Amino acid sequence: MVTVSEEKKGRSLLLLFAGVREMGISVFIVFLIAAVSLRSPYFLTVDNLVYILIDIAILTIVAIGETLVILTRSIDLSVASTLALSGMIVGMTISKHQGIPPAVAVLMGLAIGAVLGSVNGLLVAKGRIPPIIATLGTLSIYRGLVFAISGGAWVDAHEMPRPFVYLSKNTTLGIPNLVLFAIIVAIIFYYFLNHTRTGREIYAVGSNPSAARVVGIRVDRILFLVYLLSGTLAGMAGVLWISRYASAQSDTASGFELQAIAATVVGGVNIFGGSGTLPGVVLGSLLMGIIVNALNLIRISPFWKLAVQGFIILLAVVSDALLSRRLQQAGASEGAS
Amino acid sequence: MTVKARAVPSPSILSGLLLRWEWLLVVLLGIACMVNASLSPYFLDVHNLFDMTFHFMERSLIALPMAFIIISGNIDLSVASNLGMSTIIMAASYKAGLNIWLAMLLGLAAGAVGGLINGLLVARVRLPSLVVTLGTYALYRGVAFVILGDLVVTGFPSSFTAIGQGYVGHTPIPVPLVIFAFFAVLFGLLLHRTAFGRLVYAVGNNETACRFSGVAVDRIRIILFTLSGLMSALAGVVLSARFGSARPNIALGFELDVITAVVLGGVDINGGQGTMPGVVLALFLIGVVRYGMSLKNVPGQIQNTLIGMLLIVAILLPQFLRRLASRSRA
Repeated sequence: MVTVSEEKKGRSLLLLFAGVREMGISVFIVFLIAAVSLRSPYFLTVDNLVYILIDIAILTIVAIGETLVILTRSIDLSVASTLALSGMIVGMTISKHQGIPPAVAVLMGLAIGAVLGSVNGLLVAKGRIPPIIATLGTLSIYRGLVFAISGGAWVDAHEMPRPFVYLSKNTTLGIPNLVLFAIIVAIIFYYFLNHTRTGREIYAVGSNPSAARVVGIRVDRILFLVYLLSGTLAGMAGVLWISRYASAQSDTASGFELQAIAATVVGGVNIFGGSGTLPGVVLGSLLMGIIVNALNLIRISPFWKLAVQGFIILLAVVSDALLSRRLQQAGASEGAS
Repeated sequence: MTVKARAVPSPSILSGLLLRWEWLLVVLLGIACMVNASLSPYFLDVHNLFDMTFHFMERSLIALPMAFIIISGNIDLSVASNLGMSTIIMAASYKAGLNIWLAMLLGLAAGAVGGLINGLLVARVRLPSLVVTLGTYALYRGVAFVILGDLVVTGFPSSFTAIGQGYVGHTPIPVPLVIFAFFAVLFGLLLHRTAFGRLVYAVGNNETACRFSGVAVDRIRIILFTLSGLMSALAGVVLSARFGSARPNIALGFELDVITAVVLGGVDINGGQGTMPGVVLALFLIGVVRYGMSLKNVPGQIQNTLIGMLLIVAILLPQFLRRLASRSRA
C-alpha cells in the first residue's frame, strides 16, 4: 500500500473527501441495519446476511463496470440490455448443446459482452457520439436483438443443463459462487483502478480530459477500454443472471441500468467523472440490497420498493452534496488561516 | 440573432443545404411516407393520416419541454414516471369520488409539483439533473405503485375519454393533435420569439457567463422543470383518456422515446443548440416510421431497435458529411 500513502501526502484533501464519502454511506448503512434489526430480529442472522450478499452480487458486478465508465465522465445506459442479450444468447446455446460446461458459458458471456461493449466504445471514442446518446441507442438496439433472436420465447429452467443452473447455487469453500464472482471482480478492479497505470489514467481522463491529452494519455483508447470492460462485466452478469433465475427472457433485467447507476452514484462516484472509489460502489450496492431486503422483512408491500429506492438515492446524493460543500468550505477556511 | 444550424457551415451551398438538419428530416419524412404508401394503399388516405397521429401525441407533448431542458444543458429522465404519478393521483381521486375535472386539475398540479421538486434540487441544491431525475424516476413511479398497487382504474366518463379518443366536430382531426399543435406553436414561439427563449439558449451555451451577466439562471431552470412536469401530467391525461384506463405502469419507458426524438430533431445533447421545428419533424418522422413498421406487423421491441439505429445514424451521418466536406475543401 505504498502508493496509497504517497498519494495521501500529495492529495490529502481529495482523499479526505473520498474517505468521508465512504464514511457517510457506512454510517448510513449501520444506522439502517440497527433500525431494521430492531424491527426484525431475523435481519442480523447469518442466513439473511448471506442472502443479501447473494442478492447484490450481480448488481455489484454491473455497477463496477458502470463505475469505470462514469469515472471517465461518460455513462453506459446499455448495460441491462447487454446483460439480457448475453444471457439470451448463452441461454439458447446451452439449451441446444447441453454438454457445454458452465465455465465455458461464463466465458461466452464475457466474450459477447466484450463485443457489445466495444461497439459502444467505437461509437463514443471513434464516432464521437455523446455517451448518453450512443448508449441510449444501443440500449434499444441490444434489447430489440434479444427479442429478435428469441422470437419472444423464453429459455426455461428445464431446458438448461443442471450443472449450469447450479453454478449460481453452489458454494466454493463455503462462499456462495455468486458472491465469489463479485469478490473476484471487485478485487481485480480495485487493483486495476488503484495500482495500474491504465487505472490511474481512467481517473485522469475523468478529472480533466484536455490535461490528460496534454500529458500524453490516449483518451480515445481509455474511453474505448472502459466501455469494453463495462460490456464485458455486463455480459458475464448476464450468464450469472440466467443461471440464478433459471430463465432467459426478452425483458430480463429491464431497467437494471438505473439500479447500477444508482448504486454507483449512491456509492459516492461523481457523475461528472474523476472521483469515486470501488469500495464506495460496493457499499452503494450493499445499501441498495439492504433496503430491498429490509422492506421484505418488515413486511412492507413490494409496491413501496421503487419509491423507497428513489427516496434513498435522492437522500444520499443531497446529503452527500451538502456534506462535501460544508467540507470544502471548512477546507478553504483552513487553507486561508 | 438566428439559431445556428447543427452543422458547421460549409462553403458549398449544396452541402450547406444538405447539412441543414431540418431539411434532412424533411427528406427522411418524405421517404418514410413513400415507403409506407407502398406498404399499404390506404396509408395516404386522409382519415388514416390523421388517425396515425393518435399513437404518438402523448410522447410529443412531453418532447416540447424536454427540448427546452436539453437546450438549457440539462436532462429530465423522470418525465414518464411523473406522468405515471400524476395520472394515478388523478385516477385514484376520481375513483374515490372526486369530479373528473377536479381530479384532472389535481393530476396536473401533482405533475407540476413533481417537476418543481426536480427544478429545486437541480437549481438550489446544485445537483446534476441526470442524478436528480434518476432518483425521481424511481420515486415518482414508485408513488404511482404505492397509491394503486396492481389495480387499474377504468370507467372514465365519455366527456373525459374524448380528450384522447375524440375528433374535433365532424372533421377527421383528432383532439390530441389539436392539443399538441396548440402547445407546439406556443413552445415554438416561446423558444424562438421571446427573451426567455434566448436566455434558455444562453444558459445552455455558457451558464457561468449568464450568472455573471445577471441572468436568473436558477429561476429559468426551475420554470423549465416545472413546465416539464406539467406537460408530462397533461400527456398522462391524454394517454389515460385514449386508453380509457390508468394503471401504475402507464407510459413506462417513454423517456427514452422522448429523448431520442428531441436529439434526432437536432437538439445538441450538451445544450445550447436546437430548434422546435426540428423536434416536431423528428416526432412525426419517428411516428411515421413506427406506424409503417406496425403495418408490417413488426413487434414493438424490434421497432425500438430500428429507432435506436436511426438515432445513432442520425448523429453519425452529419459528422461523416462534415468530414467529407472538410476533406474536399482541403
